[in-house]
Amino acid sequence: MSNRMAKKVTNWTKEMALYSLLRATLAKRKLDQKISKALGSGKKSTGAKRIPIKTGDKMKLLMGRYYIRAKVAEKDPDQKIAWITSGGPVEILHAAGVIPIYPENHAAMIGTMRMADSCCATAEDQGYSRDLCSYARSDIGSILSKKSPIGGSPRPDFLVCCNNICGTVTKWYQELQRMFDVPLIMIDAPYQYGEDRPEAIDYVKAQLQEMIDQVSQITGRPFVWGKFEDTVRRSEQALQLWRDVQDMLAHRPAPMNSFDTFIHLAPIVTLRGTQECIGYYKMLQAEMEGRVRNGVAAVEGEKYRLGWDNLAIWYKIQFLAKKFGEHNAALVVSTYAKSFSYQAPYRDESDILRSMAANYIAGYINHGLDYRERELLEMAEKFHLDGFVMHSNRSCRAYSFGQYELARRLEEKHGLPTIMIEADQSDTRSWSDEQVGTRIDAFMESLAARKSNAIK
Amino acid sequence: MGVQYFAGVDVGSATAKAVLVDAAGTICAHVVVPSGGNLTLAADRVLAAALERVGAVPGDIAALVATGYGRESVANRTKTVTEITCHAKGAHVLYPDARAVIDIGGQDSKAISLDAAGMIRKFEMNDKCAAGTGRFLEVMARTLEVPLDEVGPRALTADRPAKISSTCTVFAESEVISLLAQGETVERILAGLCLSISQRVNSLAMRAGMAPRVIMTGGVAKNTGVVRAIEKAVGLPLTVPDQPQIMGALGAALLARNEAVK
Ligand code: SF4
Repeated sequence: MSNRMAKKVTNWTKEMALYSLLRATLAKRKLDQKISKALGSGKKSTGAKRIPIKTGDKMKLLMGRYYIRAKVAEKDPDQKIAWITSGGPVEILHAAGVIPIYPENHAAMIGTMRMADSCCATAEDQGYSRDLCSYARSDIGSILSKKSPIGGSPRPDFLVCCNNICGTVTKWYQELQRMFDVPLIMIDAPYQYGEDRPEAIDYVKAQLQEMIDQVSQITGRPFVWGKFEDTVRRSEQALQLWRDVQDMLAHRPAPMNSFDTFIHLAPIVTLRGTQECIGYYKMLQAEMEGRVRNGVAAVEGEKYRLGWDNLAIWYKIQFLAKKFGEHNAALVVSTYAKSFSYQAPYRDESDILRSMAANYIAGYINHGLDYRERELLEMAEKFHLDGFVMHSNRSCRAYSFGQYELARRLEEKHGLPTIMIEADQSDTRSWSDEQVGTRIDAFMESLAARKSNAIK
Repeated sequence: MGVQYFAGVDVGSATAKAVLVDAAGTICAHVVVPSGGNLTLAADRVLAAALERVGAVPGDIAALVATGYGRESVANRTKTVTEITCHAKGAHVLYPDARAVIDIGGQDSKAISLDAAGMIRKFEMNDKCAAGTGRFLEVMARTLEVPLDEVGPRALTADRPAKISSTCTVFAESEVISLLAQGETVERILAGLCLSISQRVNSLAMRAGMAPRVIMTGGVAKNTGVVRAIEKAVGLPLTVPDQPQIMGALGAALLARNEAVK
């Protein structure tokens, strides 16, 4: 046996041993069940009458495996773990063999499991303002109180923060750096008001180059370019598949509800760049193709088609899906699900890093109002929308800022009605079933009146 | 068979209202009672009272539309419709030239803009907080020991409004107490409270879009202090119907009539 092979085998045995050890401890603490519960099986479809999405079962497995692997890695000094923002250049981490962990995903699970109020309260007790994004408060509160739906995220060896989603993450990651005393890699992605500027792309590219050097210093291993290229390719393929799945909702009736897409986002956020991620979306795509072929509707008797703007309201997905479903309204597109499938207009096969830089500034919330208006209009046309639901999100100013102006433009310039739902993605304290319910009922009544008037 | 009636029952957080209209859409009876703790009971009571006024029995009701916060508690309803649609309907039928409605009820406030056909163009409602609603005024009136129906007239006698910076009911209450302690007059404080409500409502009104003629409905429309303050904030005169509280129930009754015609 060659030396290298022998080393591989010992590594393998080590991992297996650790893996089974961890599985056993996890099982003892019922953590494995907790994890799958927190992830939701993804099986519950969210229409008024529910038709389960079978691929959801696979997600439970996939995500469970991902978190367990990360927990094993926490005990292995050779396996580095990095915490990274949802819009961060994760391909570099995968290529360097680093396991990425997403505090935002963890925070979303905290929200789904309705643990956000208590985690946020812990953070607030420590002096974090209630006006701070509830993801940041949930995650920081969870670190402090050790309350978590999955027994906590594994400790990071370093942090990667890209501010293409908001300014909050900059401060949030500085806090994490203080708490864990580990290196922080910052990628500054300039906000784009009009067309994406070439100098901004160059600027981000230079930072990605620097990040590669920093990561290889931290891991103590050279960066293998070929591996990186493969990762980027896998990532792009998964993004394309996710785009294709979303596009299928343009079909009447829509085979899946946007509320379902929120649940099926988890793999593209946490596993893009891996083969499993591709496999997952292929499966989902096949299932949806089957539905389209057989005319299966996510919302029975689909009459109205709506778009959704802003993050999911994690603790009210079922409530909202049911409420809209009762009015035969299907949500068929969202800027949120689409956020994880942006493709920059610029692309150059021979400059993979620059193409990647272009992609990482191309997201919806890294853009100004005119861009957003155009996006929403395109969605309205492509998905045959009757209206837009805007979640005015107390937490996410980057997203919510300008929504009233957008709503005004959509209504006045383009005759597209909108409804504003004031809430928070995971902090339930600003929510009221009664008030939101009435607002939705009234909105649907006015849509119905419009439709019947149009027919007359 | 006697006269057929169409009923609208509006169960709000503070009061329950019932209106009966006949086949021509004319109002035959209207009643307002306090909601109390049991909404189902309040709905029964208010409807029974309305029927009594015209000497009718439940069997004479051809269709019933329930609306308001407690609309699901109304027995024997033909259907439920939200307050927004009902207020718009009521305002449009009474005032065909109405282009906007401002409604301030016990627990919520809303602004609705209408097109010429009476269709809702846009509406805005207050958030979870009770600031800027009837409940807010009630709490403050109690703190100041002023009977609710004197709040408006007395506010109008103030030479200037006291400055009340909190829009939150809880904070405003302690602010009011400290203003009293500082020797501010009750009238100025009342005027300050009316101003504060008008500012809250104005932001809803601006978002919904206002154009003449603006109808103000809901119990708070009886408060002249608030009405004047809103007129100033919005920059348009407000039309207040004789019975501003029953507009939602009236709209519901008229919708019940449509329902039966269908
Ligand atoms: S502010 Fe918005 S984009 Fe930023 S972390 Fe919070 S939810 Fe995400």
